[in-house]
Amino acid sequence: MTTSPAIVDVADVSKRFVLHQDKSLKERIVAFARSREHQQDFWALRDIDLSIETGSTVGLVGHNGSGKSTLLKVIGGIIQPTSGTVRRRGRLAALLELGAGFHPDLTGRENVYLNAAILGLTRAETDRYFDAIVDFSGIESFIDTQVKFYSSGMYVRLAFAVSVHVDPDLLLVDEVLAVGDEPFQRKCLAKIADFQREGRTIVFVSHSSDQVGQLCDRVVVLDHGRMVHDGNAADGIKALRSTFEAAHSSPARTTGADGALTSGARIDDVRVTSTSTDLSGDYLPGGDIVIDIDYTIGSVPSGWIAGIDIETPVGQGVYRINTDGLGIELPTSPGSYSLGITLGGNALGAGSYQVHASLVTPQGRDIDRRQPAASFSVSTEPGAVGVVHFRASADLRTT
Amino acid sequence: MADPAATLRSERIATLPLAEVGRPGGLIEGTARSLRDIWGRRELLGLLVRRELKARYKNSSLGLVWSLMRPLSQLLIYYFAVGEIIGLARAIPDFAIFVFVGLTAWTLFAEILSNSTSSIIHNQGLVKKVYLPREIFPLASVGGALFNFAVQFLILLVAVLALGRFPLTLEILYAAAAFIMLVTFATALGVLLAGLTVYFRDLEHLIEVILAVLFWASPIVYSYTFVRDAIGGSLLEQIYLANPVTVAVLGFQRGLWIAGSEPGSGIEWPPDLALRMLGVFLFSLVLLWVSQRIFSRLQGNFAQEL
Repeated sequence: MTTSPAIVDVADVSKRFVLHQDKSLKERIVAFARSREHQQDFWALRDIDLSIETGSTVGLVGHNGSGKSTLLKVIGGIIQPTSGTVRRRGRLAALLELGAGFHPDLTGRENVYLNAAILGLTRAETDRYFDAIVDFSGIESFIDTQVKFYSSGMYVRLAFAVSVHVDPDLLLVDEVLAVGDEPFQRKCLAKIADFQREGRTIVFVSHSSDQVGQLCDRVVVLDHGRMVHDGNAADGIKALRSTFEAAHSSPARTTGADGALTSGARIDDVRVTSTSTDLSGDYLPGGDIVIDIDYTIGSVPSGWIAGIDIETPVGQGVYRINTDGLGIELPTSPGSYSLGITLGGNALGAGSYQVHASLVTPQGRDIDRRQPAASFSVSTEPGAVGVVHFRASADLRTT
Repeated sequence: MADPAATLRSERIATLPLAEVGRPGGLIEGTARSLRDIWGRRELLGLLVRRELKARYKNSSLGLVWSLMRPLSQLLIYYFAVGEIIGLARAIPDFAIFVFVGLTAWTLFAEILSNSTSSIIHNQGLVKKVYLPREIFPLASVGGALFNFAVQFLILLVAVLALGRFPLTLEILYAAAAFIMLVTFATALGVLLAGLTVYFRDLEHLIEVILAVLFWASPIVYSYTFVRDAIGGSLLEQIYLANPVTVAVLGFQRGLWIAGSEPGSGIEWPPDLALRMLGVFLFSLVLLWVSQRIFSRLQGNFAQEL
């Protein structure tokens, strides 16, 4: 395979935002007289270098305020960077907000033409796609109704339908995939998959690590305006997690002079074993998976809960259970304990999995958390794909 | 890359040059590029104008008629209050036509200015979410105002014809030139104000006040003859005549208000009106270019300021 040409080239881009508390002319003049000390500024993006190849699907992730939406807008040309350059080629469609430019007083039909023109279609092209757009949105009978009478679902469906028919080379998507009902969401994801197959480049911002894991072949993690990771999806989600944890307030926990825990609690060790493994140590279906959590208590509120999460490497949740669900009351007296959770009859599909362990208060606040705490792999008979395992068979009859 | 469509697309994209996003600051090439951008989106511009007009009268049963109500009611007010009661009509022949010509020109100017001033703010949903050459929004306001002007102008023509004074003279060229000049001037100001208003919201209200004052600074309900009699030959008169709107209104009147140009009407015109119009037009062109450059600089931060 030859290397694909770059479609977007972001070179050394920084963006500074100046926050004004004042908006009116009078306030400006007054503020100007008081010098610039009332301006607050912060860097939404710092020294971003990024080259995106044609045909790739890139996920921009990060916690709130990490600059991912700003980066998307800078690529889209909506915001100009304070320094650095963005170079781009091919036709762009930016899906930053569905139905931007829809006018409530116009009918669906009029809005389709207007929105398509905003996204760069000519009238002749819109005429050609019109039936497909209406068909995709599934609101044929309301197309000549003013959109102010639409339900919010109909509104976004029509908007999305227009957007995906624009024939873009580069599609920028900002958290708009979580719209509509489930069948429509599936339709959207199928459309995205079509786009990928057709070699279109997609850059999207998402909070859902499931979605990122499913769709992206590359993940860029931003933290406070800086790029902290750029690479494959699985590592990206790990990096994202670590920025979340850094942002998380450190668990309240104090140790006495002898190193013994006087308040809070601590996970000391998490071990995962299986009663049935193959020669390479992969777990086999049907065996029991045992997760042992060793922990030490300083002081904890009564009713606290210990739990485990099992996820795929791209962060898709697979299984979750805690002591509350198991009906176990955990002791609160200081000391060291070992909690064993047995998951009988391993029904996981082939692949590797991560185990997260957490100790939380009854209100759901973290006491301590290990993420990931351990990992394991499952192998099954070849041919089956998925996160669950069945004893599959088939029989064929003539009818 | 198994899919042939994907390979094709990739090959096509490889042939395109990587273009810098945003606008280079160059004075000449920046303008050229902006003009190309706007020209490329002319279809959208048309749709935005239609959206404005359609949306404005969508749910009213009289629709378009309303856009005529205001100038017509103004015409009646000025005709009776200023013309008949105060008595200006005695000094100004065909007073109704005179007022309507002035009002038509003025409405065009005022509408372009006030609509484009708030155009970016009214379209902030789009400005924040989609990249478009942003000049399109004030230009769409200009388009909307031009449409209203066209309707009003048509009525004016009918009225002039009804009075049997169709301006079939070379003087009509004055009106055409004044029209081009006024639109250029108003667009230049509109583009500039549209950009500035994003940063200084007060402008939106300030403009309304300034327009109300400016209305009386041009010979719309009174004729230039009065001004001449009062301040003729002084510096004040030169200042009065330096107002581009005044020059435009005079141009419209010269072209369409035949009674005023007839010998013996007692109506005076400023000397070298044609030269003044040319001057204002050239000034407006420069202003338009400067405005566009300023707008271009300002628009980089629109999305975050709104």
